[in-house]
Amino acid sequence: MNESNTDVIQGTLDMLILKTLSLGPLHGFGIARRVEQVSRGVFKVNPGSLLTALQRLERAGWLDSEWRETQNSRRARFYTLTRSGRKQLEAETADWNRRASAIARLLKAEG
Amino acid sequence: MSLWRQITRGMRALAHRSAADQDVNDEIAHYLDQATAELVARGFSPEEARRRARLELGSATAVREQVRSYGWENLLEVFFADLRYAWRRLLSNPGFTAVCALTLALGIGASTAIFSAINPILFEPLPYPHANRIVMVWDIFQGERSDVTFHTYRELKARGHSFDAIAAYEGWQPTMTSAAEPERFDGQSVSWQYFHALGVVPALGRDFIESDDAFHGPNVAILSDTLWRRRFGTNRAIVGGAVTLDGDSYTIIGVMPRGFQDVPSPSTEIWSAMQYDPGHIEDLRSAEWGHHLRLLGRLQAGTSLDGVRHDLDTIARTPVAEFPRPRWAALHNGFIVDSLQADVTRGVRPALLAILGAVLLLLAIACVNVTNLLLARGAQRQGEFAMRSALGASRSRLIRQVLAESLLLSFMGGALGILVALNGVRALVALSPPGLPRADAITVNGPVFGFAFLITALIGLAVGLIPALHVSRADLRSGLQRSARQTAGGHQLTRRVLVVAEVSLAIVLLVSAGLLLHSLNRLFSVDPGFDPSHMLTMQVQTSGHKFDDLTGTGVGSVLRRQFFAQSLDAVRRVPGVSAAALTSLLPFTNPENGTYGTHFEKDQGGFDVFRYVVSPGYFEAMRIPLLRGRPLNDHDLEGAAPATVISASLARHEFGSENPIGQHVHIGPEDRPWFTIVGVVADVKQVSLADNQLNEVYITPAQSWFADDVMALVVRARGDAAALTPAVRKAIWSVDRDEPIVEVSSMDRLVAETAAERRFAPILFEAFGLVALVLAATGIYGVLSGSVNERMREIGVRSALGATRGNILGLVLRQGMTLTVLGMIIGLAAAVLASEALVTLLFGISRLDVLTYAGVIALLGCVAGVACWVPAWRAAGVDPATTLRAE
Repeated sequence: MNESNTDVIQGTLDMLILKTLSLGPLHGFGIARRVEQVSRGVFKVNPGSLLTALQRLERAGWLDSEWRETQNSRRARFYTLTRSGRKQLEAETADWNRRASAIARLLKAEG
Repeated sequence: MSLWRQITRGMRALAHRSAADQDVNDEIAHYLDQATAELVARGFSPEEARRRARLELGSATAVREQVRSYGWENLLEVFFADLRYAWRRLLSNPGFTAVCALTLALGIGASTAIFSAINPILFEPLPYPHANRIVMVWDIFQGERSDVTFHTYRELKARGHSFDAIAAYEGWQPTMTSAAEPERFDGQSVSWQYFHALGVVPALGRDFIESDDAFHGPNVAILSDTLWRRRFGTNRAIVGGAVTLDGDSYTIIGVMPRGFQDVPSPSTEIWSAMQYDPGHIEDLRSAEWGHHLRLLGRLQAGTSLDGVRHDLDTIARTPVAEFPRPRWAALHNGFIVDSLQADVTRGVRPALLAILGAVLLLLAIACVNVTNLLLARGAQRQGEFAMRSALGASRSRLIRQVLAESLLLSFMGGALGILVALNGVRALVALSPPGLPRADAITVNGPVFGFAFLITALIGLAVGLIPALHVSRADLRSGLQRSARQTAGGHQLTRRVLVVAEVSLAIVLLVSAGLLLHSLNRLFSVDPGFDPSHMLTMQVQTSGHKFDDLTGTGVGSVLRRQFFAQSLDAVRRVPGVSAAALTSLLPFTNPENGTYGTHFEKDQGGFDVFRYVVSPGYFEAMRIPLLRGRPLNDHDLEGAAPATVISASLARHEFGSENPIGQHVHIGPEDRPWFTIVGVVADVKQVSLADNQLNEVYITPAQSWFADDVMALVVRARGDAAALTPAVRKAIWSVDRDEPIVEVSSMDRLVAETAAERRFAPILFEAFGLVALVLAATGIYGVLSGSVNERMREIGVRSALGATRGNILGLVLRQGMTLTVLGMIIGLAAAVLASEALVTLLFGISRLDVLTYAGVIALLGCVAGVACWVPAWRAAGVDPATTLRAE
């Protein structure tokens, strides 16, 4: 299973984090697992990059963070999407879609 | 929003460093736990799950470092770490650190001190609102600035379109008579818009108004804050009160604000209204048509200097019937218009800019020197950098490290430099020539600190740049190997280039200093035309209404002449006085209204001359050599044929080799009998030693067409001239108690003061030149000894193979002197170019004066020779056995 994992495409990690959090607050590990599950194991998130990205996004004002109890009563840092984070997600999604469809068209024309 | 977040979060992280670290650790630990728990849930044993989770996470430390390296506060932290490390490195080598910091302190301190003096004079706006709108307007005489006449002022005031306010002013020295000794004030007699033009209103009372300035208007005066404090004890009731000036009662109408500076005439303490007669414009002999006013204007908003020049030129070119102009105020050449700041500083600007240039050269030399020292140390630290690099320090981190060290060094230098600057400024003010405009504004203030900080930071980066590049370029791995010497080659080349640069900069400074000092010597060897030793001088004034020529009877003039004659007799009787005389013009003082036109009978032509009204005995008292004919004597009285003695220059200009004795000349008004030339005396320097306007005429008071109200007394003493002052003063006051005596000075001091302006720049250049010489010498010494150290082995081999001590001495000396000569050649070429900027400061020598250039080469050659000799001698003493065994 591990062999087929790929690192997250450069520059899309932020968008994936924002998207994941748009479904509800999560802690770092949860985000990593969710990305792997939803991508059906295609993407693997490097913990170091993830935690750094979370810090950067929080500084940018797109996320808020809070220490909370988890279900198994452990302290964990939960991240929530802010209003400006949601806007950023929309912008990045639109941008991504534009690019992806352009690439798809190009590939189709080639084939 | 996000910037705010960046800052606040960053600050919070900085303030609660350990809490922030704990958060990161907790988050990582939690991540690990979750991953483990999940693996356990999938059926792994707890140990295996933990191992796999760890594997997935990678090194926890690396993750922590990665997370922590984000955010500006962490960069700051790295920077502080670099600084701390740099600090320890510098402390571990105190000698090196002290030499570098002191060198930089000298450079930074000197530049800062000079900047603090030059900034308020040349760059800072004058202390007035919209000071750039204040201009000076001059008439033009023979291409030079000339005072304007009252009627010209009136015409410009009526016809000019560019001004918000325009004002004329002239010197006024009123004497206040009271119970104490009579005191004379420095004042200005001004037209009513004077303060309006400057843009300042009195702090107490009111400004002048138009009716104050009317002909025969009320006697009103405004005081300066200093005079108000000194003479009136800050009594507010003085406004509206009266004082007696020159025998008249004046109403004080206002007091200027504290700190108000009258930049056009800085010593002024009191102002009164000018009150010229605007009528009788057809009376060409009236004072209103004399050139004795200065003109100051405030431009309207939006008017440029070019705009006002155009406006005034148009007025000058198109006379109107309402303002007829006589020949001498016809304004054929238009006006000279300049901003007030440029105008008051025009005399000192070249000298100040030259000094600024010199100090920047010095700063450059200091920087080159420190760069050199840093490079030398960089060479010794190859191993350290190689080790750090091997341990994972990135190249940029090493460069940052070197820059942190150089910045730290330069800030140490900067801090010391401020101390140097504080003392330097005090010395500068003490040294500054008396005529330096705005000298009272010279302080170490905010802008000066800003300047010091800026150059310190720039220097920190500049001196670190080359060593930093070397660190990044050098092959660091080789640093770990014992035979790291190959890498020294690059260092040595750079260092040699730097030494050559240093020597050439020093040459430029030394040549400039040499030229100025040589000029100064020339200046002081100029013969003033008389013997200034053991001479006391003072100005004696006649003040009060008894000297007025009220009804044209001439009674006042008679009394004036009588007072001066009696005073002179009294002074001559004072014990210790060997000779005394009176003159209307004292050499080495500024002749305010001393020039008049002449008209020779021979060719109907003439020259502008200095008019000296002197008592018989003046030439003898001053020891001015008589070249031809006879001196003025006691028979040249009112009824006798008018006699005059002229200067050698005037005789040569008018008569060439002919004998001027017996020729006739008009001096001043032409409706009086001819003066007959009875003698010729040597030229006397009137304005300064550098003066060359030497057309002079001498007449007696009795034969002058008016009686001067101020005469200078010259006293030749048998012993110490200054000691005679009280006795001489008492003798004059025994004739009339109410007459002020001012500007008491020895003649020697007057001579020295006129040269002070010319002495200022040479003294500074000399000091900078010496420092540059020392720095250049240490630079040469440093490079050569570094090179000898690195070549120990080679030198050992050479001597083992039979090279004599002499061979080795020659080898090292040649190396050093090659650098010196190269630097000299470049420096001389640069000095020839730079001396162009000094031309206006030179006196009596060419800017390419061979003697100066040769002297500088010899001096630098000797100093460089010594600097080379020491390491060469050490190299020659190398014992081949020891060095080879050490390998």
